[in-house]
Amino acid sequence: MIRTLNRRLPGIWATAERRQSALFWLILLLPVPLAIYTIGLGRYAIPTEDVVRALVDYATVGENTSTQPDLAYNIVTRIRLPRIVAAMLIGANLAVTGTAFQGIFRNPLVDSNILGVTSGAGFGAALALLLLRSSFEVQMLAFVFGLVAVMLSYFTSRLYHTAPLLVLTLVGILVGSFFASLTSLLKYVADPLDTLPAITYWLMGGLTDVTRGDIPMLAAISFGGMIFLWGVRWRLNVLSMGDNEALALGLNPTRLKLMIIVCSTLMTAMAVSVGGVIGWVGLVIPHAARTLVGPDHQRLVPSTMALGAVFLLLIDTMSRTLLPAEVPLGVFTGVVGVPLLLVILRVNKTGWR
Amino acid sequence: MNPLLRAETISYAYTPGQPVLHDVSLAVPPRSTVYLLGHNGCGKTTLLEILSGVRPPGSGSVAINGVDISRFPANKRAQRLGLVPQIHTPVFAYTVREVVLMGRTPHLRFLGTPGRRDYEIVDAAIEQVGLAALRDRSYTELSGGERQLTLIARGLAQQTDVLLLDEPTAHLDPANQHHVLETVCALAEQNVAFVISSHNPNSALLYASQVVVMKSGRIVADGPPEHVLTEPVLSAAYEMPIDVIYAGRTARAILPRRTNGNGHQAEPLDPFGPPEAALTSERERRAAS
Repeated sequence: MIRTLNRRLPGIWATAERRQSALFWLILLLPVPLAIYTIGLGRYAIPTEDVVRALVDYATVGENTSTQPDLAYNIVTRIRLPRIVAAMLIGANLAVTGTAFQGIFRNPLVDSNILGVTSGAGFGAALALLLLRSSFEVQMLAFVFGLVAVMLSYFTSRLYHTAPLLVLTLVGILVGSFFASLTSLLKYVADPLDTLPAITYWLMGGLTDVTRGDIPMLAAISFGGMIFLWGVRWRLNVLSMGDNEALALGLNPTRLKLMIIVCSTLMTAMAVSVGGVIGWVGLVIPHAARTLVGPDHQRLVPSTMALGAVFLLLIDTMSRTLLPAEVPLGVFTGVVGVPLLLVILRVNKTGWR
Repeated sequence: MNPLLRAETISYAYTPGQPVLHDVSLAVPPRSTVYLLGHNGCGKTTLLEILSGVRPPGSGSVAINGVDISRFPANKRAQRLGLVPQIHTPVFAYTVREVVLMGRTPHLRFLGTPGRRDYEIVDAAIEQVGLAALRDRSYTELSGGERQLTLIARGLAQQTDVLLLDEPTAHLDPANQHHVLETVCALAEQNVAFVISSHNPNSALLYASQVVVMKSGRIVADGPPEHVLTEPVLSAAYEMPIDVIYAGRTARAILPRRTNGNGHQAEPLDPFGPPEAALTSERERRAAS
């Protein structure tokens, strides 16, 4: 398809470089208009101009100034805006951490899910839900166990000296399964009327219960992490060539990788503690972005943030509008993500194949 | 002349008690191409890694312009010393230009990205190795020789005083070998010193200004090529009979001496011997067919 486009469109599509550059800017411009459009969608449909007016009012005056009923204003600002902001932040989070993990582990098959971070964080959060039930503890335990899981994956895989690409993936899946089993144990002992449903629904992933109160912490961690990963975007290129080359090119790979792992784990844990376990975003989006803008992390990092936000926004919109009853988010990311990944892997030109 | 790069009594062991380098000392003068020869596993790559600062030595020290490299922060060290690794396949399909651009990393500020000047330097380096036509091609789609040239261009873009090349011509055809090594020699005259590890004594004969021969982690010979590339030195280093063919007083080729399957030396062909033998056999073959 791209080849046909190349032949037909002169100028901007003429070379791979120009095409990637054009797509890069297009992708960056995508999230905000799309967010405004999707806020209007739902059981109570709101025209886009009313959405824009409500958002402008909310940002400037803090109350409804239009002739429209307060209902639209309240739905936009109290219900849909927090949810959509959360979806976009979580999507961007998971996608960009996937990119970072793939870069530093030099392995296009990993993401925070496959490295066990999500399962570890899920276990931590489930433990907190079972015992403590305050949102701060959920976040802390999610972070601690997420970090334990990724370190376990990484250092265990280093014990095997063959096929590093494969071993890290395998060990990550094992560590993930280990924590998933521990989570099952928690579910087994949980109160079937109260804690068990809470843990189960939460594990499936969903943004139904997101309120305005969840946003500040999520936004702070997400933006902090994204700014850091954006800052090291050039270094991700060099790190992806291996430790020895990074050293020869004047970096300190051990320290830099540790910083990136801690940052990415914190971001994943934050995403998990708000939205539950949402798979596939971190694996699908980096591959999709690489197909569109190329493997250079200078473009890849911002693109995965934008595409991740768009992807989860669309998935969340589907999950709340497609069927009369709401479908858990984690279900749709798999149903949409897996076929998408298969297509991308078929189309993509990669070094490791 | 003061050496640009000097290694003093370097020893190194991957596992304690099994050293791979014993008291290696080495001096690289400016504008030189130093060849490092030796059998597989003699410690060439380890020595290059230590010289480049990527691997700290077990004991001993490496100094550039008289300053111990362990005193430099990593990026300052990488502005002076570059290591061109053996070719490999990176996981992601970066373009040639993106790979070469990585050479600018030690010159960037903290969290910085390459700017216009870096791109100019990179394009000039790509031009120098003759890859301008492949600049936007994916590195993973290139042939072995083109990949090696890309990595050398990256080393050039790094703008170091010394460039250490780990078997740079191992995967190249003769034309590309010649192209790479002529480029290296031309650059050496413009004040970059090269240390090149190689399994090819013939290319040392052609391009080296100094040859270092290693055996089992020790330096067994070090000096100008005409003194080092001799039958006794090479035969001892590779533990096999080796002939050096001279044209007049200049050595022109280095060849292993063939032994046949029984371990006996093959009969050398005598160019002044009777030509009848060849003619006879030719005649016999015609008669048979």
